[in-house]
Amino acid sequence: MPAVQETIDRVRSIDLDQYKYGFETTIEMEKSEKGISEDVIRFISAKKDEPEWMLAWRLDAYKRWQTMQEPDWARVSYDKVDYKDIYYYAAPKRPAAMSLDEIDPEILKTYEKLGIPLREVEVLEGIAPERRVAVDAVFDSVSVATTFKAELSKAGVIFMPISEAIREYPDLVKKYLGSVVPVTDNFFATLNSAVFSDGSFVYIPPGVRCPMELSTYFRINERDTGQFERTLIIADKGSYVSYLEGCTAPKRDDNQLHAAVVELVALDDAEIKYSTVQNWYPGDNEGKGGIYNFVTKRGDCRGANSKISWTQVETGSAITWKYPSCILRGDNSRGEFYSIAVSNGMQQVDSGTKMIHLGKNTTSRIISKGISAGRSQNTYRGLVSAHKKATGARNFTNCDSLLIGDQCGAHTVPYIESKNASAQFEHEATTSKISEDQMFYCQQRGLSNEEATALIVNGFVRDVLQQLPMEFAVEAQKLISISLEGSVG
Amino acid sequence: MIEIKNLTVAIEDKQILNGLNLTVNDGEVAAIMGPNGSGKSTLSYVIAGKEDYEVLDGEILLDGVNILEMSPDERAASGVFLAFQYPLEIPGVGTMTFLKATLNAQRRARGEGELSTPDFIRKVNAAAEKLEINKEMLKRALNVGFSGGEKKRMEILQMALLEPKFCVLDETDSGLDIDALRIVSGGVNALRAQGRSFLVITHYQRLLDYIVPDVVHVMSQGQIVKSGDKDLAKALEASGYAEYRTGEAA
Repeated sequence: MPAVQETIDRVRSIDLDQYKYGFETTIEMEKSEKGISEDVIRFISAKKDEPEWMLAWRLDAYKRWQTMQEPDWARVSYDKVDYKDIYYYAAPKRPAAMSLDEIDPEILKTYEKLGIPLREVEVLEGIAPERRVAVDAVFDSVSVATTFKAELSKAGVIFMPISEAIREYPDLVKKYLGSVVPVTDNFFATLNSAVFSDGSFVYIPPGVRCPMELSTYFRINERDTGQFERTLIIADKGSYVSYLEGCTAPKRDDNQLHAAVVELVALDDAEIKYSTVQNWYPGDNEGKGGIYNFVTKRGDCRGANSKISWTQVETGSAITWKYPSCILRGDNSRGEFYSIAVSNGMQQVDSGTKMIHLGKNTTSRIISKGISAGRSQNTYRGLVSAHKKATGARNFTNCDSLLIGDQCGAHTVPYIESKNASAQFEHEATTSKISEDQMFYCQQRGLSNEEATALIVNGFVRDVLQQLPMEFAVEAQKLISISLEGSVG
Repeated sequence: MIEIKNLTVAIEDKQILNGLNLTVNDGEVAAIMGPNGSGKSTLSYVIAGKEDYEVLDGEILLDGVNILEMSPDERAASGVFLAFQYPLEIPGVGTMTFLKATLNAQRRARGEGELSTPDFIRKVNAAAEKLEINKEMLKRALNVGFSGGEKKRMEILQMALLEPKFCVLDETDSGLDIDALRIVSGGVNALRAQGRSFLVITHYQRLLDYIVPDVVHVMSQGQIVKSGDKDLAKALEASGYAEYRTGEAA
């Protein structure tokens, strides 16, 4: 067979069906009525046993949302969501568990299958203390388990579902919720503010270095359900926390909406490291099904010398619309964005970051690696801006794109705005293809097509993988290989 | 033992190899010399299995098995090694990572167990020392920023680690100074053994002073047109390729 034909056939045979997390859990669920209305919002708020101020906040967001338009500037095209035709709340019927023994065994099994340890005993066995990870598991609209809570609270760290935090720490939540991503920030964030159901809340007290990695594992299970999680992390003065989130969903023919909001606040000298491994169901080869991942993530370096670092490995979702950003408000604060975005099949990714330099001598660094295969489209969109008071602001941006095959696209859209003459912004961008000669060289030494691709791709993303906590880096490396299986001829 | 029978190959409708016949015996070092455009590099790529070449006729038998049916990595696992004229750079992939991945891929393909990390490191260090490859070079990304001589030494290091049955050296001497030539040739000579054959492709007799061949073949217009012992190479050096160019277009 001539080489070109073979390549075409290979690309055609890309099989997204290798998505390993596509199974469904059958348990009894309690849902709100379909669609969105004040009643639905009251229902959600009542389910969470929320104080009046929270309900008022939600209703205000809903009012604003009704006047807003879905954004259309991203380089993605999709069938619009019918907001009247989805469920905004779905939770396992059993009441909230006080201990793991009370969790529905089906849910425990689900997390076991996903490789997420919810039993602390299992986590403890054979793992060095510094390698332990506390997990908050969110299943559709509610948190089903949070591990290591007791041990964390000894250090003064608060790590709990946000619905609990609203009841137990209303002052902290009131002070910070919506302070980074305002209620009216954008269409999806405003929707989230109205209907958010659960997510994680983290507070690290002054001077505390969080004794273990914190992580949240999001699972969408129920059909026709949107997931609207809300995460709020506050690192008080001089504290440090590393947080990781992971996401999966069952295979479905229809699209599901995931519209999350994540807010990070770093006070003086504090540091937050936020890592994401996003592996929502990407849809099938023809672009049927998959998650719409419309997410607003923003960190506020509110204090002097604070630092926020975003690291993301994005391999899933049919459509990704996501720009984890940093507001560099405190003098000498630093923002970082490390991203690997892999698209295959019919996936569309429009992702990047915003680095808003407000304080003096603020620095930021952006390293973005986009890998496109199949018939996918992968866009980096980034904004670096310096306010007129941001004397001495500096940014370094590096965007590299790698194309696999000849039916995919890579696009880089950098915006740079400087209102301060002393700001120094550097931008580098490259686009390359895995060359046939490189592939042949690797194969001549004994590597299969897949192994050669994985090796070359891993070399391409190495700078970013190094930013992930080690055990997740290994996981992410595997995930990238799986996402690209069958993509090279 | 390698037997090439009636090998006829075209690229983009242009026939490059015209019914080539060649046998390289066990433990033999065969040199192929010939003018530019005679098809030497095509031969090396077709042996290794590069796409783009259309095999119209013939077979390449390695120990009686036709390797033309195999993918490049299958050929590698059954013992074919090509030292590239222009070794490729693999950015971001550490040399040790690459060496380990390839060695273990071949071992797996042959049903052998993977090498343990300490055993692997010992093996690499021993081979690297002979080729005067320092540890610093092994830490860098494969071939990235390597000089021409370093790249060629890295090819021979890989050959030493993978222990192939049939080694094709495609103009390994090109771009080498005398010192590098001595080191590279020394590395090749150290690998000469019963059960391993070499096909050394070169323009110049110079390399054959260091890697002394058992047989010399002259290639022209996609065929072997003359064979002899090492003195044939010396004669060619004196007379040039003029008599083999007859009928060539340019």
